[in-house]
Amino acid sequence: MKNVLFVAVVVLLLGAGAYAALFIAPTDAKQGLIYRILFLHVASAWTGLTAFFISFIANVLYVWRRQPKWDWLGVSAAETGLVFTTVVLVTGPIWAHPVWGIWWTWDARLTSTFVLWLLYVSYLLLRTLIEEPDRRALLSALFGIFAFVDVPLVFGSIRWWRTQHPQPIIMGEPGSGLDPLMYKVLFFMWFAMLALMTLLLRQRYLLEAMRGDVETMRRQWEVA
Amino acid sequence: MSLLANTTILLGKELRTEFRSRELLTTTIVFILIVLVLFSFTFDPLSEEARRFGSGLLWLAFLFAASLMLQPCFLREQTNDTLSALRLSVSDPFAIFLAKLAANTLFLLLTELLLLPVFAMMYNVPVLPVLHWLVLIFFLGSLGISVVGTALSAISAQARMRELLLPLLLLPLLTPILVASTEVTGALLDRAPYVQWKGMGFLAVFDLVFLTTLWLFGEYLLEE
Amino acid sequence: MTLGAVGPTAIRFENIDKRYGGLYALRSVSLTIAAAECVALAGRNGSGKTTLLRIAARLVRPSSGKLSFSSAEGAENIVARNAGFVAHATMVYDELTAEENLLLFARLQGIAQPGKRVEAMLREVGLFERRDSLVRTFSRGMRQRVAIARALLNSPGALLLDEPATGLDPQGTAWLAQTLRRMRDAGCTILMSLHGESEISSLATRAIRLDAGAIVADTQTGASVRSILALADA
Repeated sequence: MKNVLFVAVVVLLLGAGAYAALFIAPTDAKQGLIYRILFLHVASAWTGLTAFFISFIANVLYVWRRQPKWDWLGVSAAETGLVFTTVVLVTGPIWAHPVWGIWWTWDARLTSTFVLWLLYVSYLLLRTLIEEPDRRALLSALFGIFAFVDVPLVFGSIRWWRTQHPQPIIMGEPGSGLDPLMYKVLFFMWFAMLALMTLLLRQRYLLEAMRGDVETMRRQWEVA
Repeated sequence: MSLLANTTILLGKELRTEFRSRELLTTTIVFILIVLVLFSFTFDPLSEEARRFGSGLLWLAFLFAASLMLQPCFLREQTNDTLSALRLSVSDPFAIFLAKLAANTLFLLLTELLLLPVFAMMYNVPVLPVLHWLVLIFFLGSLGISVVGTALSAISAQARMRELLLPLLLLPLLTPILVASTEVTGALLDRAPYVQWKGMGFLAVFDLVFLTTLWLFGEYLLEE
Repeated sequence: MTLGAVGPTAIRFENIDKRYGGLYALRSVSLTIAAAECVALAGRNGSGKTTLLRIAARLVRPSSGKLSFSSAEGAENIVARNAGFVAHATMVYDELTAEENLLLFARLQGIAQPGKRVEAMLREVGLFERRDSLVRTFSRGMRQRVAIARALLNSPGALLLDEPATGLDPQGTAWLAQTLRRMRDAGCTILMSLHGESEISSLATRAIRLDAGAIVADTQTGASVRSILALADA
């Protein structure tokens, strides 16, 4: 019952966010309708980073405490973050094409997001290549820590690179600013996305917990 | 036994082992040569483009070579379980990492400097006037590659498909090194060479951040 | 062959648990090995012998429980590196010579006058003439001698051996038995895992059998060493 309620809340929030993005936010003078994808694009980016941050904390906690639940949280948050990051990478070109005429502009933030995506795909790939659960949990947690520490360095270096090699920037210059109402819509959309993230995280976590239990039972049966 | 003393002793062992067989050095040098030659077919190596693309290709070659060269790092400690012997003998496990990353940095630096004149010749780029700066940037970049590479090699040695896994884990993490090193090297090889201090500083920060992370979490990488 | 400053070392396992993802390799193992005791550890593969030894060597951390070492007088918390460890793997570098290997480990452990100590060890194990040969060129028996020399470098008060006679020919086994006897008689505590009876097992003054991570038999409680070892290691 609680689960259904939560899903309903999330759907409502997302619906409200979509409505706000499409009808409440003011029209952009230059770009017309397509700019509205910004609310999905930027909110997803922030949500993805939030998920990866949760994964990082879970990784540190696992290395320190060695409780399986932190491992479950770590992988769930990483996968969830990857979903939102994929949305960012897909909405980027969708926005860029009508505006710039090209699909991929090598915009600094988008490129950094691509590297971020690759990092966490590697994290998941690493997990598939280690069979023993405790080893897998420890080694992927350690890699996750290195990966997250790298994130600000990736974004920083690519942003600096862009100052040397100017590219078309998706979503406008950081300084160009958004109308205050746009900010409100954006933050609301982010809030809705965080609710979605929590839902996905929780489902994935429960699935992983179940998998862990089944695996333990299977191994005990094998030994007997 | 102090950390420094243990590190020095182990570094001596790493160097002695490598200089006796020279397998890592020779294979790495040949690999970079192959990459440089192959790259020459993708654009006109004597044109003005060479100056612009050259530094990027050079660092790309270094990164690929490093991701291969770093694989045996911990794998060779598995053959006779010498890693256990080291863990039993040293007072601080960080000494094992320090020695290996120092050795790897040295090997990388050596191959890079040996190949610099070849690169200069093939792509018609003047390196003598900025040689000391090039050595500095090679050192900072190689140190970063080694710190991260040594840590990840400890992880990949414990997983399946380790030959493919290390480049997969390593290359996205080293994006900041590629970006910053290419910029700095490009500036040094420009028609009007200049020193990109921001880039150098950035690399120093990268090196410090990951050295600290390795110091904090290294012992868990060696756990059984 | 003398023991170090610490002398014979007692080993105490208190409620040692080792879990690997929900499976117990060791289950609440409590065991005290007195100083200078020579204990044989029996049990089939997967019973937890290797795990117990590697925990004693401090290569593996127990999931719970306490491990402690003490000298004959009862001084606790002495450096655990005082226990020498010999496994099936030689734990020495193939691409270095016997002397280089021993010098490396002697220096790492901060042994005083490493050169002299290494020379003494090489003579002790009968490899002084082959000290400049790469370990790669050694036979299995000779590699085992280098491994023992490495384990005894810092004159440990306790010696841990995991199936040390594996792969040794009768000559090698005889040499090992002889060496272990000398260590035992000098007062070194020995804990070794074995399969069945042999020249080596006859050195033991006590035997313990592990099964599925728990102690199921111990000579201290009455059974004889022979009977424990004779149980089929199916």
